[in-house]
Amino acid sequence: MTNPIPNPTAYIDQAATLIGLPIPSEYHQSVVENFERIAAIAQLVLEFPLPEETEIAPVFEPESRKVPPL
Amino acid sequence: MPHYPDATSIARSVRNQETSAKSVVAAALAGIAEKNPKLNCFTTVLAEQAMADAAALDHAIAQGHEPGPLAGVPFGVKDLFDIAGVTTLAGSKINADRPPATQDATLVTRLKQAGAILVGAQNMDEYAYGFVTENSHYGPSRNPHDPTRITGGSSGGSVAAVASGMVPLSLGSDTNGSIRVPSAFCGIFGLKPTYGRLSRARTYPFVGSLDHLGPFARSVRDIALIFDILQGPDPDDPVCTTRPPQLCLPELEKGIDGLRIAVAADYFAKNAEPEVFEAVGTVARALGVEQRVTIPEAHRARAAAFMITASEGSHLHLADLRSRPQDFDFATRDRFLAGALIPTGWYLQAQKFRRWYRDRVQELFEMVDIILAPTVPCVAPPIGQQKLVLDGVEMLLRPNIGLFAQPLSFIGLPIINVPVPRSGQLPLGVQVIAAPYNEALALRVAAYLEAAGIVSAPVPE
Repeated sequence: MTNPIPNPTAYIDQAATLIGLPIPSEYHQSVVENFERIAAIAQLVLEFPLPEETEIAPVFEPESRKVPPL
Repeated sequence: MPHYPDATSIARSVRNQETSAKSVVAAALAGIAEKNPKLNCFTTVLAEQAMADAAALDHAIAQGHEPGPLAGVPFGVKDLFDIAGVTTLAGSKINADRPPATQDATLVTRLKQAGAILVGAQNMDEYAYGFVTENSHYGPSRNPHDPTRITGGSSGGSVAAVASGMVPLSLGSDTNGSIRVPSAFCGIFGLKPTYGRLSRARTYPFVGSLDHLGPFARSVRDIALIFDILQGPDPDDPVCTTRPPQLCLPELEKGIDGLRIAVAADYFAKNAEPEVFEAVGTVARALGVEQRVTIPEAHRARAAAFMITASEGSHLHLADLRSRPQDFDFATRDRFLAGALIPTGWYLQAQKFRRWYRDRVQELFEMVDIILAPTVPCVAPPIGQQKLVLDGVEMLLRPNIGLFAQPLSFIGLPIINVPVPRSGQLPLGVQVIAAPYNEALALRVAAYLEAAGIVSAPVPE
């Protein structure tokens, strides 16, 4: 069972710096609120046990469809 | 009393030379000139080009050439579709700086090849990230049933243009509900096909994993006619299915005998106004449905769709978020900024859950052919309303309008919104949901309901 981050501000600021995404101060509070919303929603997915062998839904196709069939 | 013929009857008149394409298009342009200032559906109107295309079509008909099954039908497209010579706005100020598109989107080309006449591009929520069509750059689109209320979104302009009778046909997109939600709020038919069924080539994206394109109309036969024309593989879209088209129009009158239909329970039977469930009940009774079915973990499906949307959507716009965040709509900007920080593991887990959930729902469709669910939790709210009370709980309006739509587009099921008109009241919608690639079954059910007078899309006075 994963616990929601109690105060994501430190993570938000570090992650934003890491990926080179400045968060202007006038938007900062709203970004924190939105991230908290995302984190709460994420819990619904993260807490659900899936069989270990479950693959991600998208499947890679080794042959591009732009190539006409021979 | 004004008469609003559907696309099928317009095409018939034009093909039979009872009406000219020019007169049809001129009338559409006059209707747009009259209604668009109030309803704000179109961001670009191509009056000259449309009249020239109509004149060319009339000339071709006079020469004895085959004009196509949509001859002379005026149509509009959500402004994320490329139109040659027009800049593809995608509801944004940022994209207005880009050069004009050089080639029409595939679906636009297919409609034009069928004889339809493009009259313009239509308003949407910025970058499709909304359920309301309250665009801070281009203004809100207004509901033709009550202009103080939202159209819904993000395909609001496209839907209101059809609902108000400006055009009989529009194209829009649906990632988490953007075809179905506004269709329900404005009382028209909107089809979100199976994921990958229709080509997305030369349209501005939102979420590659979840984006669908689809048609709006005021009759089921129009939806079927248009959808059949739009189907087919496209080498320019790697996601578009290579399955051959499965035509719906020839199946439309087959009725509902032998179809196993159930109403979605649990998640889809709560958190909405009572009138919403009355509308579902009306549809279910007309179809003789008593069975209920539970779609498992739908609340988690919605959460996973949200995760994938936020991750992919933000990543698409990352360069602009870095360099010009102030140019985004205030309604999308902070959601995009936050979404750019989602840990990879959250996104991957959402995509794993998607496989599990897709398999469980596929098992359900071994036992039923059609599932019914509400489209929206309430009638169209007033423009600018921020909060919503559902089942006694107050919540933010914007993200929660799509609660019934989001868990289903998540796995690409084909769904048509059928509009339930209610005398003296705002319309509501019901989702008619089929298994993948079974649009024909969903449209058969819709056609049956329409013939029985249960669902219809009359243009409000």
